[in-house]
Amino acid sequence: MAARPLSDRSIVARVTQSSPESATSRRPASTTAKLRAPVSRTSVLPTLAKAAALAVAASLLLAAGAAADIVTPDAGPTQNAVKVDSLYKLVLAMALVIFIAVEGMLIYSTVKYRARKGRVAAQIHGNTRLEVGWTVGAAIILVFITAVTFIQLNAIKNPARSDIGADGQPVAKSGVLFASTDQKAPPGGNALNIRVDGQQYVWRYQYPGPKKVFSYVDMVVPVGQTVTLDISSDDVAHSWWIPELGGKMDAIPGYTNKAWFKATKPGVFEGQCAELCGRNHANMYGRVKVVPYDEYRAWYDRKAAEIQQAQDEGARQRKELTEQEGKQAAEGGGGAGGASAPDQGN
Amino acid sequence: MATTQTPSQTARGLLSRPRPQITTDHVKDPTAGWTSWITTTDHKKIGIMYLYTVLAFFVLGGVEALLIRIQLGAPDNTFLDPEKYNQIFTMHGTTMIFLVGVPVWAGFANYLIPLMIGARDVAFPRLNAWSFWMFLFGGIALYASIFFTPPEAGWFSYVPLSTSAYNPSGGQDAWIFMVHLTGLSSMIGAVNFIATIHNMRAPGMGWGRLPLFVWTILIYSYLVVLALSSIAATVTMLLIDRHFGGTFFDPTEEGSALLWQHLFWFFGHPEVYILILPAFGVVSEVLPVFARKPIFGYKAIAASTAAIAFLGLLVWAHHMFATPMSTVVLAFFMLSSFVIAVPTGVKILNWIATLWRGTVEYRLPLLWAVGLIGTFLIGGITGIFLAVFPIDWQLTDSYFVVAHLHYVAIGGTMFGAVSALYFWFPKMSGRMLHEGLGKASFWLTLVGFHLTFLIQHSMGLDGMPRRIYEYTSGAGWTWMNQISTLGSFILGLGFLLTIINVVRSVKSGAVAGPDPWKANTLEWFVPSPPPENNFDSIPRVRSVEPLKDIRAQIEKQTGVEQIHQAGRPLQKV
Repeated sequence: MAARPLSDRSIVARVTQSSPESATSRRPASTTAKLRAPVSRTSVLPTLAKAAALAVAASLLLAAGAAADIVTPDAGPTQNAVKVDSLYKLVLAMALVIFIAVEGMLIYSTVKYRARKGRVAAQIHGNTRLEVGWTVGAAIILVFITAVTFIQLNAIKNPARSDIGADGQPVAKSGVLFASTDQKAPPGGNALNIRVDGQQYVWRYQYPGPKKVFSYVDMVVPVGQTVTLDISSDDVAHSWWIPELGGKMDAIPGYTNKAWFKATKPGVFEGQCAELCGRNHANMYGRVKVVPYDEYRAWYDRKAAEIQQAQDEGARQRKELTEQEGKQAAEGGGGAGGASAPDQGN
Repeated sequence: MATTQTPSQTARGLLSRPRPQITTDHVKDPTAGWTSWITTTDHKKIGIMYLYTVLAFFVLGGVEALLIRIQLGAPDNTFLDPEKYNQIFTMHGTTMIFLVGVPVWAGFANYLIPLMIGARDVAFPRLNAWSFWMFLFGGIALYASIFFTPPEAGWFSYVPLSTSAYNPSGGQDAWIFMVHLTGLSSMIGAVNFIATIHNMRAPGMGWGRLPLFVWTILIYSYLVVLALSSIAATVTMLLIDRHFGGTFFDPTEEGSALLWQHLFWFFGHPEVYILILPAFGVVSEVLPVFARKPIFGYKAIAASTAAIAFLGLLVWAHHMFATPMSTVVLAFFMLSSFVIAVPTGVKILNWIATLWRGTVEYRLPLLWAVGLIGTFLIGGITGIFLAVFPIDWQLTDSYFVVAHLHYVAIGGTMFGAVSALYFWFPKMSGRMLHEGLGKASFWLTLVGFHLTFLIQHSMGLDGMPRRIYEYTSGAGWTWMNQISTLGSFILGLGFLLTIINVVRSVKSGAVAGPDPWKANTLEWFVPSPPPENNFDSIPRVRSVEPLKDIRAQIEKQTGVEQIHQAGRPLQKV
C-alpha cells in the first residue's frame, strides 16, 4: 500500500554503488524482501552474546537456588501456595527464555548493525510471513500458559480434603469422593471455617461453634485440618495475605471473599494487610499459628473460658452500674447518664 | 482585519497622501513578550507551555519519589510520619499519572501533530489554549492542597477510605477537582487532535502514509475520550457521596465499595495505554531515522496500536483479581490480558527487525528508544505473571507490582518522552542538546532505574506489601530497600542531567538547522523553530517518508547529494 515510498530510485541508486553484501536489498520495495541471517565474518559478537546470555541464565538459576524466596513467591506447607509457586516457576522459566532471546536480539542488532563507513542499510519494509509467524508464536505460548493455569487452578482455588475431622481424629482417606454443589466446601467436610474481619488496623478472627471464640492478630489452627476463610471488612478495604499460606484476598466491606489453606506442618506464618487502609496500614499484622490438634484444642478452650469470664465480668459491672444509677436516680442525682458499660467481650 | 480605504477624490487629498492606502487595525504584534504566551493560540507555543508545565510537575513528582525512597531506606524510619507518607505517595502517583504522563503527550502532540501532517495549526486553536489552561489550573488545584491537607487515599482513591467518613479533609476534594479539570482538558485536547488528524492532513497523506507517532496520538485521543469521560463521572459520584448525601459507594446504605474499583479501573487501564502508546509511536519514528532503514511492518505496527487500544478497554478487572469475583470473570480478564500481550510483542519484534541490517547511529534519541525497548520488555514480561490470576494472588499489591508499573511507566512512558525530547528539541528550539551530557544522563538513568526497580520484584516476592510507611528490621527487607534507595538517587541524577541539558542548550546549544537528523517526516521540512504558520507551501506527500522523497527530488534537480553527517545540520545557519 501507500506505506512504501514510491520514489525509491535514489535509494536503489545508492545501493548499487555500495558493498556487495547489501546487494540483496536491491529489491527494496517488494514484498519478497526477506530478513536473512547474515553470515558474520567476525564471529566474536555472537559468541559474546551467547556467553552473556548463558551467564545471565546461570546467575539467575544460581540466585534461584541460593535465595528462592526473593526470586519466587513464598510457599509454606500448604498445597495452594506450593501450586502457585510451581505455576510461577513455569512462567518464570518461559519468561527467562523469551527475555534472553528478545533482549539478545535487540542488543545484537544494535551492536552488530551499528553505522560504519561504507555500510548501507537494507531497505526492507516488512515481511508478512514473519509477522504472521511471530503473532502466532506469541499466541501459542500464551495458550500454553492458559492451559497449565487451568489444570492447576482446581488445586489452588478449591479447598483440599481435610486430614483430620472436627474432633481431631484422622479422616479415612479412602472415603467416598462426592461432587460438591458448593465449590468452596472441601470434599468430606471437616473444614474449620473462620470468619476473618479486617478493621483499621487489626485482623479479627471469629471461630465457629456455640462458644463464639474469637481472637485478634493471632489465628491458631490445627495441623492437617483444612481451614476455609470468609474474609470481609468492617470499615475500609483491607487485604488478607499470609504469603507462605497462599495468595491474598481482599476484604471489602459488604462482600465476603473466600480463601483456604491446609498446613501440613506446624509453624508460625506471618503477613500483613496488603491493601491501603489508612495511616497505620503498615502496622496491620496477621499471624497464623499452626499447632498440633491437642494444642489447638487447649488454646480454644482457654480462649473460650477467657471470653466467658470477660462476659461474666462485663455483666456483673453492668448490673452494678445499673443499680448505682437506680440509687442515684432515687436520690435525685442522675449524673451517671453518660457512663458507658464496658464493651462486651472486648 | 485589513480594509482598503478609497479616500475622497479631493485635490487636497490627492496631494497630501498616496492612494489607495491600506490601513489596518488589530494586526497581531510580532510574537514576543510574556503576554504573547498567555494569549497565544499557536499550537507550538501551547505545546511548549505544556512541556514546561509537565517538567515542573515531573520535578515535583520526582522529589516526592525520593522522599518515599528516603523513608524506606532504613527500617523503622521516622523521617516521615504515616500521615505525611500517605500524602506524599498519593501526590506522587497522582502527579505522575495525571500531571505528567498524560499531558506530556498532549504537549508533544500539540507541537508536532500539525507539523507532521502538514497543517498550519490544530483544528480548534482556541479550544487548544483552553485545554492547556485547564490542565495548569487542575494541577494548581491539586498542589494548592499542600498548604492545607493533601489527599492521602492513594492515586486510586479506593472507597470507603476516600469517603468523608474516613477522609473528611479537603485534600480528597482537591484531588476530585484536579481529575475534573485535567480530565476535561485532556478530552478537549483529544477531540482537537482527532479533528485535526482526520481533516487536516497534507494532500496525499492517506491513512497508510500517516506517521506512526500520529497514529498513536490518534488512538491515544480516542482512548482519552472514552476513559477520561468515565473517570470524570466516577469522581463526580464520589463527590456526591462525600458532600451531597449520595450512597453510591457506601456499603452500609446498599451502595457498593467494589463499584468504585470497577469504574476506576475501567478508566485506569486504558489510562496505562494512554501513557504508553505515544511512547511506542516515538520509538517507531526514531528507530527508522537512526537505523537509516524504513520501519519494518508499518501496517502491523499501526494495526497493533489499534488492537492494543481496543483490548485495553477489556482488561480492567485484572487490577482486582483479589476482590470477590467468580472464576469465569477471573478467567475472562486473564485471557483478555494475555491477548493484549500479542500485539505488544508484535511491536517489539517489528522494532528489532527495523534495527536488523540497518546502519544504527548511536545518537541520543536512539539510545533512549532502544533503552525503552529493553526496559519495557521486562515490564511486559512481568505483566504476564500478573495476568495469571492465581499467581497474581501472591503478587498483587506487593512491591512486585510497584516494580512492574515503574518498568512500564518509567521504562516505557518516560524513556519515550525523553527520547522524544532529544529527537524533537532541535525542531522546537532550533538548537541541539549536548551529546555528552545526554549520554551521561542516559546511562545514569538506565543504571539507576534498574538498580531501583529490579530489586523491588524481590521485595514483593518476599512479602513486602505496597504503601507501607515502615517495616521492621526483622522483616529482612532492609538491604533490598537500601539498594532501591541508592538507585533512585542515581535515577534522579540521570533525569536531572537531561533537565540541565535542556536549560543550557535552549540558549547556547549548537544551531540545529531544519533537519539535523536527516529524518523522514514533514516537520523537518520547515525551519527550526518553525514560523508561526508552519508551512508556506505544503508539500504533496507520496510515501510514509515524505522528506526522504523531497531530498531525493532535490538531489535529482540540483545534482548535489544531500550528504548527512551524523548530528551536523544539513545547512549552516
